[in-house]
Amino acid sequence: MKSERFSVWSSVDWITILFYVALMVMGWISVCGASYDFDAGGSIFDFASRSGKQLMWIGTAIVLCVAVLSVDERIVESLSYLLYLGMVALLVVTPFLAHDTKGSLSWIDLGYGIKLQPAEFAKFTTALCAAKVISVYKLKLSKWLHLILASLIFLVPMILIIMQKETGSALVYASFFLMCYREGMTGSVLFTGIAAVMYFVIGARYAEIPLWGVEQIKLGEYLVLTLIHIFTSVLLMIYGEDRREFLRVSLWGLLIIVCAVFFSHYVLPFDASWVVLLVLVFDIVYLVLLAFKDHVMRYIYIALFSLGSIATFYSVDYLLTDVLQPHQQTRVRVLLGLEDDPKGAGYNVIQAQIAIGSGGLRGKGFLCGTQTKLKYVPEQDTDFIFCTVGEEEGFVGCAVVLLLFLALILRLIALAERQVDSFGRIYGYCVLSIFLFHVFINIGMVLGLTPVIGIPLPFFSYGGSSLWGFTLLLFIFLRIDAGRKRLKHT
Amino acid sequence: MLEERDYNAEGRKWVIGGIAVVIVLIYIIRLFFLQLLSEDFRIKADSNAFYHRVQYPARGAIRDRKGQLLVYNQPAYDIMVIMNEQKGVDTMGLCRDLRIDKDWYIRRMEEIKDPWRNPGYSNYTQQLFMSQLSVEEFSRFREKLFHYPGFYIQKRSIRQYERPIGAHILGDVGEVGPKDIESDDYYKMGDYIGKLGVERFYEKQLRGIKGEEILLRDARGRIKGHYQGGKYDKMPVPGKNLTLSIDADLQALGERLMEGKKGGIVAIEPKTGEILCMVSSPAYDPRIMVGRQRGKNNLKLSQDPNKPLLNRAIMGTYPPGSTFKTGQALTFLQEGIITPSTTFPCSRGFHYGGLTVGCHSHGAPLPLEPAIATSCNAFFCWGLLSMFSNRHKYPTVQDAMTTWKDYMVSMGFGYALGVDLPGEKRGMIPNAAFYDKVNSGSWNGLTVISISIGQGEVTLTPLQIANLGATIANRGWFITPHVVKHIQDEPLDSLYRTRRYTMVDRENYELVVAGMRRAVTGGTCRSAETSMYEVCGKTGTAQNPHGKDHSAFMGFAPKDDPKIAICVYVENGEWGATYGVPIGALMMEQYINGHLSEYSEKKAEMFQNRHIITSTAGDEE
Repeated sequence: MKSERFSVWSSVDWITILFYVALMVMGWISVCGASYDFDAGGSIFDFASRSGKQLMWIGTAIVLCVAVLSVDERIVESLSYLLYLGMVALLVVTPFLAHDTKGSLSWIDLGYGIKLQPAEFAKFTTALCAAKVISVYKLKLSKWLHLILASLIFLVPMILIIMQKETGSALVYASFFLMCYREGMTGSVLFTGIAAVMYFVIGARYAEIPLWGVEQIKLGEYLVLTLIHIFTSVLLMIYGEDRREFLRVSLWGLLIIVCAVFFSHYVLPFDASWVVLLVLVFDIVYLVLLAFKDHVMRYIYIALFSLGSIATFYSVDYLLTDVLQPHQQTRVRVLLGLEDDPKGAGYNVIQAQIAIGSGGLRGKGFLCGTQTKLKYVPEQDTDFIFCTVGEEEGFVGCAVVLLLFLALILRLIALAERQVDSFGRIYGYCVLSIFLFHVFINIGMVLGLTPVIGIPLPFFSYGGSSLWGFTLLLFIFLRIDAGRKRLKHT
Repeated sequence: MLEERDYNAEGRKWVIGGIAVVIVLIYIIRLFFLQLLSEDFRIKADSNAFYHRVQYPARGAIRDRKGQLLVYNQPAYDIMVIMNEQKGVDTMGLCRDLRIDKDWYIRRMEEIKDPWRNPGYSNYTQQLFMSQLSVEEFSRFREKLFHYPGFYIQKRSIRQYERPIGAHILGDVGEVGPKDIESDDYYKMGDYIGKLGVERFYEKQLRGIKGEEILLRDARGRIKGHYQGGKYDKMPVPGKNLTLSIDADLQALGERLMEGKKGGIVAIEPKTGEILCMVSSPAYDPRIMVGRQRGKNNLKLSQDPNKPLLNRAIMGTYPPGSTFKTGQALTFLQEGIITPSTTFPCSRGFHYGGLTVGCHSHGAPLPLEPAIATSCNAFFCWGLLSMFSNRHKYPTVQDAMTTWKDYMVSMGFGYALGVDLPGEKRGMIPNAAFYDKVNSGSWNGLTVISISIGQGEVTLTPLQIANLGATIANRGWFITPHVVKHIQDEPLDSLYRTRRYTMVDRENYELVVAGMRRAVTGGTCRSAETSMYEVCGKTGTAQNPHGKDHSAFMGFAPKDDPKIAICVYVENGEWGATYGVPIGALMMEQYINGHLSEYSEKKAEMFQNRHIITSTAGDEE
């Protein structure tokens, strides 16, 4: 045992630990900035302040790191099912034990002022279980049946978390599809999934915004329909036979779409989305004719994708804007995490952009940001923590944080790929997919690019549960990675 | 284990890595646009967080030459509004509590938002809603203020006047107009600015410098203390106090004497050019131009047919009549046209080439001194004719005219003197080009003969006539007349400290002084004679085509150490001796003795009650 423990410290990936520490330090600096009160002043190390408490969470997280690295990964692996089932059980009972915290039923009060959010810990247990099941039963995710079986593992906690009214956290489990893709799920599923998410996000985010000053055109509708044309063209490019011909057809379509907007802006204002729709109808008819002429079934599938895309977009749009009453719409939007808006349309996002935008190149300096400290930005030390980075550390700080996250994710890809057995690789991909999803949604939301979905930014957002959750997630993988050498020897 | 490599999906790591790279790239581009390409966000952030609270300085006080307080500050309260905070306020209730009607409210709100009227408008900063509530109005509204979020009270000060005199000199203070805001960055809508008189002319000295506190304001509008501990706060610099050269008691007497009459009195201390009093009648009480009734009263005064807002002492241009003869005598003497012994005939007037200028009966022919004393028209007509016909000295009549004009201008006529009050008129001294144009180039001394007796095209302001008196008192020079004697911590403009010499020598002035003295001892100004000091004077009776003649008096006293030079001009007062001389005499007595004798006081009361115009709206409340 002694010699083995020694080998963990020498074989663990210190590069990842370096990124982890760097992110956590920058995160703490941001929490200091976000929770500092001009009036009260006080020490940022004071345990009564948020920054002081976060320091305590960081300290305990480091203890947790050491603990996790000390435990033999084979024990963790063997406990996968048990942990998973235990966590599912905990998730089931959580809503009954939880106090209502801002409408969420996900927090369990442990007494002594400590609250725990089981959903944060369900990520690593689910990842472990998924890795275990797929590797042990040698599931081939390219097969539909196997894919469905595998996805059940993360769909179960996802549904349970939705029942706790934590839609944002639940959506994170969608990131497991990225792992599925790496493990053989056909690309079209991922592509369809990404396409659907883009339609939804762009459609909802830009629904009411006019395009280039023309009131008749809804930016969201126009963009989504144009995107469908582009996706159709790309699919045709990949799976079609006469690529030059297809390229010409799709470029003509794009030209017409763009010209329609120019016409609408300069000559006669009209809803240019109709032109895009006509182009799409032409695409579909063209594909169907091609399919009959060349007897190629693939063209029918692409036509179906195109038709399905249009149908999906309009049915969601119709459901959200026409069928439901305004108050129901709001409820749905809140449930989907699209609306977290106490002061009216877009207040959060606008204030977040003002805060970030005012930072400039170098930022206003540590503890000198005004927007975050004067509470213009809501949830400033949790979900909107990136505003503080933007305001106080400027473009330079933001770019450093983004690149650190990118470096961490790319490093994790490299680590996952060097795993000898599929358990480690699958778990690794789960971890990096979760990080990527959090960074994508959280920072995108603050930058006004993705909908407002309340999920934390790993290692930055204030709170022990999320810090512990992410630390566990990462260090279990680092322990597995450290163990790969020993497997080689045996 | 090998099976797992079956589907050869390892290449997909590039797709997943690619997705991560693309996301981060898009976000960095987005950050580039947000943080580096636009200043908008920084400005919005500052307007979010920084609340610039203006600290208004106290406006300088104004005192008279003896240190008597004339104008000071009194607290008043402005109601301010922040537009984006006031949404949803109970408008009806607000109108009721402030006692305003709904139309006024709507109009005012629109004015505030109008970018032309209010160039510095912002949703986030306090805008003036209603100005200058009195203490009682304020205390009534303060209790209800909490009902109306977005409305704030700003303490300001308004002008208060110790005595109901000198409105034309002191001027008043009102809200800045769009032009003021545009031409000077210092002003924001709702600020006050001097509108007339000294308040306007010395605005920059009186207003001081606004201070500013930079406060931090949180998202709920709560003040969270000073930005950087007040490092960037600026204290207001109070306005400078002014001491006027005006003698308040003399001014008060002048206004009393001019009651019910139109015209003006200007008295100057010859040695210094300091204006001792400047009366314009009809006058009004400066206290009615304060606070919220200012607009109403201003309108009323501006519509009054007697034009009480007009400062006749510097804006009224009148024919100077015989007072102008002194200037003619000086010119003729200096040019050698006449000598002290030159005599001209007068047979109840001037008759030449079919032209007659009438005169009253007196001994003739007569030399200069009695000609001034009796105000002989013929003497000065002959004088001007001699000058304008002298082809040895002046090759053409135009040359003679130009020489004559240069003398007049050197005495301060024809151009604004440069008094430190806004709106001074220049009067009229015609030149050769003027007559060339009017008479198509064909004219001579006879054509313009009436200018020799202060009629015709010549007009002067009462200030210019008084300044003529001061010039004669000084025997040949004057200092540009001014109403401000002293500015706190600042020297007076050099213009008001420099002597301006006329083109006439001192010995010629002595001759005119002798004539003016004789006018008092045995001429037209006899009623000004007193045993207390030697008075010199000259009457004027200016013909007025629109009605009764104007009564004028110009004089100074004492003769050898002049303390006061004065012009009294009473419109439609007929003879110079009727109003001009007695009023002038009373004014001189008041200033030199510091009070009026019992006899004079009775006389003053009499003149106070002798009204020429029937109603003076300005005297009403």
